Amino acid sequence: MLYIIGLGLYDENDISIKGMKTLKECDRIFAEFYTAKLKDQSLSTIKEKTGKDIQIIGRKEIEEEMKPLKYAKREDVALLVPGDPLAATTHSTLILEAQRKNIKTRIIHSSSIFSAAPGLAGLQIYKFGKTTTIPFPEENYFPHSPYLTIKNNLKYDAHTLILLDIKAEENKYMNANQGLKYLLKVEEERKENIISLDSLAVVLARVGSSNPLIRADRIKKLIVEDFGGPLHCLIIPSKLHFLEAEYLIEIGRAPPEILEGRI
Amino acid sequence: MSRRAKMINKIKELMNKPDYIRNIGIVAHIDHGKTTLSDNLLAGAGMISAELAGEQLFLDFDEQEQARGITIDAANVSMVHPYNGKEYLINLIDTPGHVDFGGDVTRAMRAVDGAVVVVCAVEGVMPQTETVLRQALKEHVKPVLFINKVDRLINELKLKPEELQERFIKIISQVNKLIKSMAPKEFKEKWQVKVEDGSVAFGSAYYNWAINVPIMQETGITFKDIYQYCKEDRQKELAQKVPLHKVLLGMVVKHLPSPSESQAYRVPIIWQGDLESEEGQSMLKTDPQGPLAVMITDVRIDKHAGEVATGRIFGGTIKKGDEIFLVGSHATSRVQQVGVYMGPERINTDLVPAGNIVAITGAKNVVAGETICDPERKIEAFESLEHISEPVVTVAVEAKNTKDLPKLIEVLRQIAKEDPTVKVEINEETGEHLVSGMGELHLEIIAYRINEKGVEIETSEPIVVYRETVMDNAGPVEGKSPNKHNRFYITIEPLEESVFKAIQEGMIKEGRIKGKEMANKFIKAGLSKEEARRVWDVYERNLFINMTRGIQYLDEIKELILDGFETAIDDGPLAKEKVMGVKVKLMDAKIHEDAVHRGPAQVLPAVRRAIYAAMMMAEPKILEPIQKVFINVPQEYMGNATREIQNRRGQILDMSQEGDMVTVEAKVPVAEMFGFAGDIRSATEGRCLWSTENAGFEKLPDELQKTIIREIRTRKGLSPEPYGADHYLS
Ligand SMILES: Nc1nc2c(ncn2[C@@H]2O[C@H](COP(=O)(O)OP(=O)(O)O)[C@@H](O)[C@H]2O)c(=O)[nH]1
Ligand SMILES: [Mg+2]
Repeated sequence: MLYIIGLGLYDENDISIKGMKTLKECDRIFAEFYTAKLKDQSLSTIKEKTGKDIQIIGRKEIEEEMKPLKYAKREDVALLVPGDPLAATTHSTLILEAQRKNIKTRIIHSSSIFSAAPGLAGLQIYKFGKTTTIPFPEENYFPHSPYLTIKNNLKYDAHTLILLDIKAEENKYMNANQGLKYLLKVEEERKENIISLDSLAVVLARVGSSNPLIRADRIKKLIVEDFGGPLHCLIIPSKLHFLEAEYLIEIGRAPPEILEGRI
Repeated sequence: MSRRAKMINKIKELMNKPDYIRNIGIVAHIDHGKTTLSDNLLAGAGMISAELAGEQLFLDFDEQEQARGITIDAANVSMVHPYNGKEYLINLIDTPGHVDFGGDVTRAMRAVDGAVVVVCAVEGVMPQTETVLRQALKEHVKPVLFINKVDRLINELKLKPEELQERFIKIISQVNKLIKSMAPKEFKEKWQVKVEDGSVAFGSAYYNWAINVPIMQETGITFKDIYQYCKEDRQKELAQKVPLHKVLLGMVVKHLPSPSESQAYRVPIIWQGDLESEEGQSMLKTDPQGPLAVMITDVRIDKHAGEVATGRIFGGTIKKGDEIFLVGSHATSRVQQVGVYMGPERINTDLVPAGNIVAITGAKNVVAGETICDPERKIEAFESLEHISEPVVTVAVEAKNTKDLPKLIEVLRQIAKEDPTVKVEINEETGEHLVSGMGELHLEIIAYRINEKGVEIETSEPIVVYRETVMDNAGPVEGKSPNKHNRFYITIEPLEESVFKAIQEGMIKEGRIKGKEMANKFIKAGLSKEEARRVWDVYERNLFINMTRGIQYLDEIKELILDGFETAIDDGPLAKEKVMGVKVKLMDAKIHEDAVHRGPAQVLPAVRRAIYAAMMMAEPKILEPIQKVFINVPQEYMGNATREIQNRRGQILDMSQEGDMVTVEAKVPVAEMFGFAGDIRSATEGRCLWSTENAGFEKLPDELQKTIIREIRTRKGLSPEPYGADHYLS
């Protein structure tokens, strides 16, 4: 049996009671942190409470070797995944492969950035369009698609949730400022007037922690602010419902003129 | 004023008058007499002493060159020559004739506008005559012909005057046939060499005389006289009456173009920028006031001066202390000194204007092939220098003493910089570096040069460089990304012979395709219309063609797909040798929605796997490099010589006889050629002349495929058997 268990948003305390109970019954526990980051990745509390060792495995061991499946035929195996385990990950392939090998699987969900970010920002989740991730640019790879996703969403008056790339192996986490600069750079190359220094954006940092940061303003203001440690994410809002606007002004310190629809 | 100072002044004056400059090269098959000719020209023009010339080959200034009696590097010299009451500055580049060094000839041709083709009267037109002539004509360099060693025809072969005549006519018509077939269209007729107008000269470089029709008319000396002078051992007198340098340099001034004349038709060929632009116009007119445009053709490390780059100035003027921009490497650098040549010496000047060959000292990071311009006035790069030859042999090089480890790396980098036909792979971890070259001799010379630079080395036995290809079609094959969320469908087939040839010959340029202009070239080379419009990349004589339509995000990962393709080509699936002659087609692609799940770490391996799997299903084969071998041997030793060929998996292609001498043309795998020099010498008791020419790659015989694959893989530390297609499909 393979359990894929969500660790939730911020630290190991975000795991569900159901998740903890399951872990206690498992023969073997793996965890991965390449799709997202937890505050303290030693998982010492979970280890203590379950009395079990946890083996952290990387991208290659999951994607290519599918290591958890090697044991799941005979043992009860758990794979711990930050956030909600099938949101913004590619782990569906593990479940498919398990099914093909006649291995039972079960998912234990947890909190996710997909619902937490819109919620914290006071934006209605119904009004979101496609989500996108801004990758760290690499040689021969500077995709414009995050920008194009925003463009298409705006066409349908939909907000855009933007996740920011992480390179866990190198301990690199893209911050909101880098993300905004990326979008401005694409604007410079495409010149389609989608993003400018005057565009409204929302920065969220350390979502799930006891004091998450919510900040809404024009990009020119945001780009010079320091939002503290990781993880960060961004929202580019579309047309705002009046309650959304009030929320961003009062909680995110957005400029009051956005109430008049100037976003 | 001393003679030397006067000469310097004269050169400085002439370099400002492009109409009075000739930039020339001397090209020939090995041993036909280039170096002897160059030295005697220099001596004749008063640049070195007459006693030295002919005895000590001045241009072979490298000790190694003198020991072996062959010219390794193109060296530069300049001389002043009076003609019809005016003085001319002649810049001469001596080029190597041995096939192992083909790259240098190509580079030298970029710097010059005209070439003296030397053909030995005894041997006649030889394969390398054709090769070097092709390289000259491709660069739009105009030829004149010098038939050398005429003294030998008379004194050794004892030909009668009529036979002499016949021999000349044969050589001239062969050369003209070559010019007709290889020259650019507009010059096929115009550049035919003719006895009547004096664009053909006859003579003896060694005995220092030459003759052509205008000189015959001027001096009244006839062929008959020449015959007599030679017969009667009075060649010294002949050299007084018709001195080699006067006749040859006269022919050069009269028949070869000045820079201002030739740049008008050469610039559009060697430079793809906008000809209407200021820099385009300035180059077409050889304007010293225009924007700076220099192409570097040679870089050498000088013991005293450091890096010395030689180049041709096509536009503007380069000055001492100038800041310059290196177009290829996007870097700025500073010129410490500029200079021209006087004889074999470098003379520093304050500036050197358009039309000249310049020596630039102290500019860091300049490599052969680089375009140099003004940082404030950037220009498009010159066409890259194409090397007809490619490395076929590799040796592993290690420092004998561990203290030399860092020095060796530095020296290897220098050597790669000086000679672009050398490929160097540095491995800092193991300290075992790989050096690849054009042949066994080339590598021996490189090893010698490394020792010269003060590093003692050990070299491995030479290793042959192989290629991989496919004999059949396969696919579409599905390649999955590591996260399994991206899939690429790829087919493989052998590349059309005609397209392969077009790439090989430079009609189709290597590189990722930008724009649509290339489509017609592909169609002309034999690709279907449908495919021609969809080529994305030409790499190492393989094509990547995108046959898909309207796939979302494909554009965004195009460069990554091509990175995957190119890395697969660099390390083929059989033995990690380079792949060549393969057509890779992308038939379909399924791509993840989000950019982080379709980055390089996903796309590269997916494409590579699909290509490897498809190749393994398409009857993959190893190709081996082949050399043509030309042997000239007395009849009685012919059996021994051909046996040497046959013992080496060789194949006799042609055999002809003249008098007692037999000429054999054969082809032999490079793998079997190691040690040939010694073996053929003992088999023929030293009575044999031979030369080789690289002749591309051919399929390794089936019965050897398995063994060689194992051998290469074991050497590279891979599992002995290549993986099957399944391995790449899971
Ligand atoms: N008899 C005779 N020998 C010549 C003549 N020109 C060159 N040689 C000899 O041919 C050999 C090769 O000449 P070299 O200039 O080194 O040829 P390269 O390889 O083309 O540079 C040398 O031994 C020369 O002395 C010539 O006109 N007559
Ligand atoms: Mg020579």
